[in-house]
Amino acid sequence: MATAALKRTPLYEAHLAAGAKLVPFAGFEMPVQYEGVRMEHLAVRSACGVFDVSHMGEVETSGPEAEALLQRLLSNDVSKLAVGGAQYSVLCREDGGILDDLFSYRLADDRYLTVTNAANHERDFAWFEEHAQGFDAEVSDAIDDYAMLAVQGPEARSIVAELAESELPSRMHTATLGIAGDQMLVCGTGYTGEDGVELLLAPKHAAGVWGALTAAGARPAGLGARDTLRMEVCFHLYGNDMDEHRNPIEAGLGWCCNEGTGFIGSEAIAAVRERGTEQKLAPFVLTGPGIPRQGNAVISGGQEVGLVTSGTLSPSLEVGIGMAYVPVELAEPGTEVEIDVRGKLRAARIESKPLYRKEG
Amino acid sequence: MAEESYPDDLRYHQEHDWVRIEDAEATFGITWYAQDALGEVVFYEPPEVGSQASKDEAYAEVESVKAVSDVYAPLSGEIVAVNEAVAEQPELVNQDPYGDGWLVRVRLSDPSEVEQLMDAAAYRELLAEEG
Repeated sequence: MATAALKRTPLYEAHLAAGAKLVPFAGFEMPVQYEGVRMEHLAVRSACGVFDVSHMGEVETSGPEAEALLQRLLSNDVSKLAVGGAQYSVLCREDGGILDDLFSYRLADDRYLTVTNAANHERDFAWFEEHAQGFDAEVSDAIDDYAMLAVQGPEARSIVAELAESELPSRMHTATLGIAGDQMLVCGTGYTGEDGVELLLAPKHAAGVWGALTAAGARPAGLGARDTLRMEVCFHLYGNDMDEHRNPIEAGLGWCCNEGTGFIGSEAIAAVRERGTEQKLAPFVLTGPGIPRQGNAVISGGQEVGLVTSGTLSPSLEVGIGMAYVPVELAEPGTEVEIDVRGKLRAARIESKPLYRKEG
Repeated sequence: MAEESYPDDLRYHQEHDWVRIEDAEATFGITWYAQDALGEVVFYEPPEVGSQASKDEAYAEVESVKAVSDVYAPLSGEIVAVNEAVAEQPELVNQDPYGDGWLVRVRLSDPSEVEQLMDAAAYRELLAEEG
């Protein structure tokens, strides 16, 4: 893709000023790192980092039958999502294949905001619109209405609280309040395994809020650190760890599927849950040197038995880590396998989630 | 992290590798530009002493958290020494790419290949064009 075709977030200038290395990502020119992935990662684990995730998309669903429509689209039980709550779910095809993974926030009785992955946003929105037929609900594309910042780390809440006009919502809750003088949706969610908040705000306010957060001690962190942080806690990345050819059961996302609600794909998923899957997504660590990467083969008994979907060097654990689809009988924690890293066989052990646990 | 520099006493290969020639032997490493593009180097496994490096072909890999990068041989020859310190402390490549961050020493099999390499001025020009 030519650079000219890439979109920029409202923080583009702020990223340049902070020394960011910008790369194309899902059609946007995004900061992959500032000073270094490892340092930014460790800053989030020990203090506080702020990520520009304005490339993420938003879809608003409103109207008397908004809940009924979302119950049909999303895998989780939307009736359990109260006003001011947050809920994770997957969006599936009829055959159970995963179209996206999403966070939905209930803003009012009849109004929800759903955050999409940038690369899937157009397809998701089209899917929402198509299935809204027959429901007394309106679906609107809100991608241009919001910038999004993720403030994450053990000090994130105290840094944001200093700038907030009222109390921050607790984990998995959301509220509209003023931060650094501007009204925004504050959500107790994140993608790092740390405490923190995500801010959904008007693009015109993004630069000011970013400046206030960094001045208060939040360190700019790029998509590189976001990726290593989520891998350490085994959060899925759409396109790596699941896609439309994988179902939520084998991806380990059965916990966010409630087939009793009759969502699109629920019958197929109920059948898979009943009969079991051949493969399962399993986290692993290398027990010796090397860094596993997406696309590496998993080897057991000299045979290729699976595929690495995400891999990196863990900055916290200082070993190679990853996730791979392996046969269910090999997915048990403690199982020894090998990873074929560009022709070199690296010793690995299947682990349980998460790979990184906070001390104490 | 080191300051950007391209020492005049080195020769350069277009894949962003440098070579310091000392009679029939030479030391190889990656340039400041290469380590900056890669980011912090977190993994390097040296090749075997005694193995052959062939001009324009990869003889090793360096890895950052995000990416793997092949390291190309600017000249051909037998690897006679490897920098084990970089295997222990890969960040030496970022801190001192032309000094402590050297990668291998090679006994050259065809010293005339040197004529195909760039001097520092030509390499800076290449970077300006790619810029």
